[in-house]
Amino acid sequence: MIKHETIEKNIGLMILLIIIVISGGGLAEIVPLFFQSSTTKPIEGLRTYNALELEGRDIYIREGCHVCHTQMIRPFRAETERYGHYSTANEFVWEHPFLWGSKRTGPDLARVGGRYSDDWQKAHLYNPRDVVPESKMPSYPWLFENKLTGKDTAAKMTALRKLGVPYTDEQISTAREDVQGKTEIDALVSYLQSLGKTHSVYTNQR
Amino acid sequence: MSAFWSAWVTVITLAVIFGCAWLLFATRKGEKFKETTDQTVGHAFDGIEEFDNPLPQWWFYLFVATVIFGLGYLMLYPGLGNFKGLLGWTSTNQWEAEMQHAEEVYRPVFAKYAALSIEDLQKPEHEAGLKMGQRMFANNCSVCHGSAGTGAIGFPNLTDSDWLYGGNPATIKQTITHGRTGAMPPWGEVLGEDGVRDVASYVMTLSGQDAVAGTDIGNGERQFQALCTACHGADGEGMHALGAPNLTDDVWLYGSEFKNIAHTIRAGRAGVMPAQKDLLSEDKIHLIAAYVYSLSNK
Repeated sequence: MIKHETIEKNIGLMILLIIIVISGGGLAEIVPLFFQSSTTKPIEGLRTYNALELEGRDIYIREGCHVCHTQMIRPFRAETERYGHYSTANEFVWEHPFLWGSKRTGPDLARVGGRYSDDWQKAHLYNPRDVVPESKMPSYPWLFENKLTGKDTAAKMTALRKLGVPYTDEQISTAREDVQGKTEIDALVSYLQSLGKTHSVYTNQR
Repeated sequence: MSAFWSAWVTVITLAVIFGCAWLLFATRKGEKFKETTDQTVGHAFDGIEEFDNPLPQWWFYLFVATVIFGLGYLMLYPGLGNFKGLLGWTSTNQWEAEMQHAEEVYRPVFAKYAALSIEDLQKPEHEAGLKMGQRMFANNCSVCHGSAGTGAIGFPNLTDSDWLYGGNPATIKQTITHGRTGAMPPWGEVLGEDGVRDVASYVMTLSGQDAVAGTDIGNGERQFQALCTACHGADGEGMHALGAPNLTDDVWLYGSEFKNIAHTIRAGRAGVMPAQKDLLSEDKIHLIAAYVYSLSNK
């Protein structure tokens, strides 16, 4: 029988025992997910983000949108009535990184695509209070001035392809010209309009 | 889940639980003193010593309880690989049951209101139906049209009697169901900047505003008659069929100032009302339409 004293006085042993204890949960709960078709096989008909949407997604990350908005509709009626069909793991197979978020200061955005017009998205991002007086979302006026160069777009796509996102050579070769000169707001809005629209398995009825 | 991964999860989960139980009982057995004493573990650091007391009973039993709870949970709920649990619970069937329940409770309510015309829903005895419409409007429409339906720049005010596509119940319902896309073409290249300013100035006079100095109203009117009347009508009163606004009143979707009007003429407008048919059921649209109709027909 190992005594407390033995563990406390042998730091190597203690580390080893701690690793054994904490790996239990990870081995049972996380590791199998890497081998399940429900988490590794993309939902039917899933398409990749195009170059402009991909750049928009990076702006979404840069501006910290995921800090206040989730992209994860949970299977509760209160959520599906408001946001549409609940999210499933196979919708996120090509998401690197995931933008599920962990807290909602604003609404969930998993299926916001097509819900509002481009004009509204632009007016709202320029100054949310112009269209929603009650809003406490920050304004993002610089998105209307900053232009994309497209310098890194192809490299991003290549990196994502290494992670299993099936970008074609054609998409990568035209990536730069697809985004060059576009404003950041164009990119962000096209990303937002694609949310929930990259496949059509679920109706987005609320 | 394949048999291998099912077994993997089951074995690890149970091993961890029984490992914890073993650790709990083994350390209890190894305790030097079975009761609280003033004996210390025998080492001191900076004069600080540690009593060598057993784990308090209540604490010990709490640990025992967590083990029992864990095993009980794994019996009832899915957790051990492919074993579905005795309750047969899944997050999906919980959601389905919730939806089923809502369907049973609310379907008759929606059905009752769906059978009534939008005009009938305005009657005081159907106030609850309009209230439902108002809640759904708040959830689905208010970010563009405002929580009171008063709109914003670029997003129509629904509380006045001015309608782009018409304000009768059927048209409102049509607008909500199928959406609308404005089609004001950009005239900047056709008219040139001077032409844009002339037309804008003329358009201002249609609603009784003063023409802007330095513009040629005569040219503005000529261009208007040539280019704009197909949609806005010869006298500028607009056309519901095309969603072309009336230019002779004081309602301006994109602002009434010269620069706003000139911009609209120069760059065009394509305001979009998104179609709701794939997003909201017919019964919901019916009640929202009734609420929208009520806003300007009080």
